[in-house]
Amino acid sequence: MYGIKGISGKVAGFFRLSGELSYFAGRYFTEVWKPPFEIRELLHQCYNVGNRSFPLVGITGFIIGLVLTLQTRPTLQEFGAVSWMPAMVGISIVREIGPVVIALICAGRVASGIGAELGSMRVTEQIDAMEVSGTNPFKFLVVTRITATTLMVPVLVIIGDVLALYGSFLIEHLKGNVSFQLYFNQVFDSLEFSDLIPATVKTFFFGFAIGLVGCFKGYYCTKGTVGVGTAANTAVVAASMLIFILDFIAVLISDIFYEL
Amino acid sequence: MNKENAITPVFPVGKGKEDVVIRIKDLKKRFGDNHVLNGFNMELYQGENLVIMGKSGSGKTVMIKCLVGLMQPDSGSIEVMGKDITKLDRKALDLLRADIGFLFQGSALYDSMTVRENLEFPLRRHKERFRDRADTETLVLEALKSVGLSHTTELMPAELSGGMKRRVALARTLIMNPRIILYDEPTSGLDPITAKEIIELMRIIQARYRTSALIITHDVDCARVISDRMILLVDGINYAEGTYRELQRSADPQVKAFFK
Ligand SMILES: Nc1ncnc2c1ncn2[C@@H]1O[C@H](COP(=O)(O)OP(=O)(O)O)[C@@H](O)[C@H]1O
Ligand SMILES: [Mg+2]
Repeated sequence: MYGIKGISGKVAGFFRLSGELSYFAGRYFTEVWKPPFEIRELLHQCYNVGNRSFPLVGITGFIIGLVLTLQTRPTLQEFGAVSWMPAMVGISIVREIGPVVIALICAGRVASGIGAELGSMRVTEQIDAMEVSGTNPFKFLVVTRITATTLMVPVLVIIGDVLALYGSFLIEHLKGNVSFQLYFNQVFDSLEFSDLIPATVKTFFFGFAIGLVGCFKGYYCTKGTVGVGTAANTAVVAASMLIFILDFIAVLISDIFYEL
Repeated sequence: MNKENAITPVFPVGKGKEDVVIRIKDLKKRFGDNHVLNGFNMELYQGENLVIMGKSGSGKTVMIKCLVGLMQPDSGSIEVMGKDITKLDRKALDLLRADIGFLFQGSALYDSMTVRENLEFPLRRHKERFRDRADTETLVLEALKSVGLSHTTELMPAELSGGMKRRVALARTLIMNPRIILYDEPTSGLDPITAKEIIELMRIIQARYRTSALIITHDVDCARVISDRMILLVDGINYAEGTYRELQRSADPQVKAFFK
C-alpha cells in the first residue's frame, strides 16, 4: 500500500480529480450565463444552504470566540497587554479562523448533503428523468447549487464572525468589565480594509469549492446505495482539502500585495 | 394447434412496415471490456406493444437509454419517428423527447417534490405545446385520475407505496400526451397483485391514448398479457423474435429458458 506504485497511483488520482473538477467548473461557467435561470430553484437552494448550516455555524462561531479569548487572556495578562485583546481576536477571527473554520463546517454539512442528494438522484434515475423531460439537469441541479453555496458561504462566515466576536466580548465584559462600545470600537480600529477584502473574497471561493465538489461527487455518483455514501464522504474530504489549498493561495497572494 | 393460433394476439390491422416509429440498426455499446450490446436490431410499429425480454444485466436499460439519448451508442443508428436521434441538437432532441414517455425502473419520482410538482415538472419546459390546452391544474388532475390517484396531489413520494409510485410515474409520462411510451421493467419490485394492477393499467392506457409501447421486462406474465410481439435480447443481440405463442413453442434452449 505504501509502495511507489501506491503513491504514484494516489498522485495520478489527485491530478485526474483536479482535471475533472476543472472541466466541471468550466461547464458551470458556460451554463451559468444562459437562460433559463431557474431563479426559484436558486432561492430554494440558498435557503437550504443557510438553513442546513446556520445553527452549527452560529454555535461554533460563538464558542470559538469564547475559547480563543479565555485561552489567550492569561498570556496577554502576563505581558500586561489585555487591552490588545479586541484587536488580536478581531484580526485572527476575521482574517483566518472565521473563514476557514466556517467553510470547513459548511464542507461537512453542505458538501456532503449535496453529494448525497445528487448521488441518490443519480442512482434512482431522477437525473435521467429530468433530462428526458426537457430540463437540463446540470442547470437545474448543479448551477443553482454551486451559485447558492458561492453566495451563502460568505454570509454564513459573516454571521459566524459576528457571533465569535460577540462571544469574545462576553468574556472580556465578564472578566475585564469592558463595555460593548469600547470593545467593538477597538475591534474595528484594528481591522483594515486590506484585512477585510481578501478575507471576504476568499470566502466566495470557499463557497464555490464546496458547491463544486459536492455537485461533482453527486452528479457522477456510481451505481448503488454504497456509491451515495461514498459520494457524500469523498465530497467532504475533497472540499476540505480544496479549502486549505485555496486558503494557502489566498495568503500567498495577499502577502505579495502586502509587500508592494 | 389451430385453437392456439386463434388466441395468438393478432397483429394490428393496417400496421405494417410502413408505420415504423422506432428503428434500431446494429446498435453496439460497451463499457470497457464489457460488451453489452453487440449489434442489436429492432423495429417498433405504430400502435403495437412490443415486449423486449432479457436476463437481468443483459443490457435492456442500456438499449432503452440509447434510444432517448441518455447514453451514446458506440455505433449503429437509432431512428425515432424518422429522425436519427444521435444526430439531433439539444433543442430538437428535447422536442422529440416530448413525444416519448419514459417510465423508469424505480419510478424515479423527484423525492423533494410533491406529487403535483412531480407532474408539473415536465410541463414547465413545454409551455408552447400546452398553450391552447387546459391549464396545468386540470392536466395534473386528469393525469392522476387516469391512474386512479386523484387524492394524492399534495403527498410526497416517500408517503406512497411502491405501486402508487409507479402509477404516479406513469401519470407523469402521460401528462405530456406521448406518442410512444417506453416502460423499463414496469412491474419490477412490485408484489404480484400490484404488478397485475399496473399491467391492467398499461392496457387501459394503450387503448385510450393509442400509443405505441416498448415494454422491457423479465416478467413472463407481463409479457404474455401485454405483448403483440416479442424480442428476446440475449448476448447483446435480438436473439429471437415473434409472438408470445410462437416463442413459447420454440425448441431453442436459450428461448425455452425464459418460459420455465
Ligand atoms: N453507466 C455504466 N457504466 C458501466 N457499465 C454499465 C453502465 N450502465 C450499465 N452498465 C453495465 O451494462 C450491463 C447491462 O446493464 P443494464 O442495461 O442496466 O441491464 P438490464 O438488462 O438489467 O437493464 C451491466 O453489466 C452493467 O454493469
Ligand atoms: Mg434494467
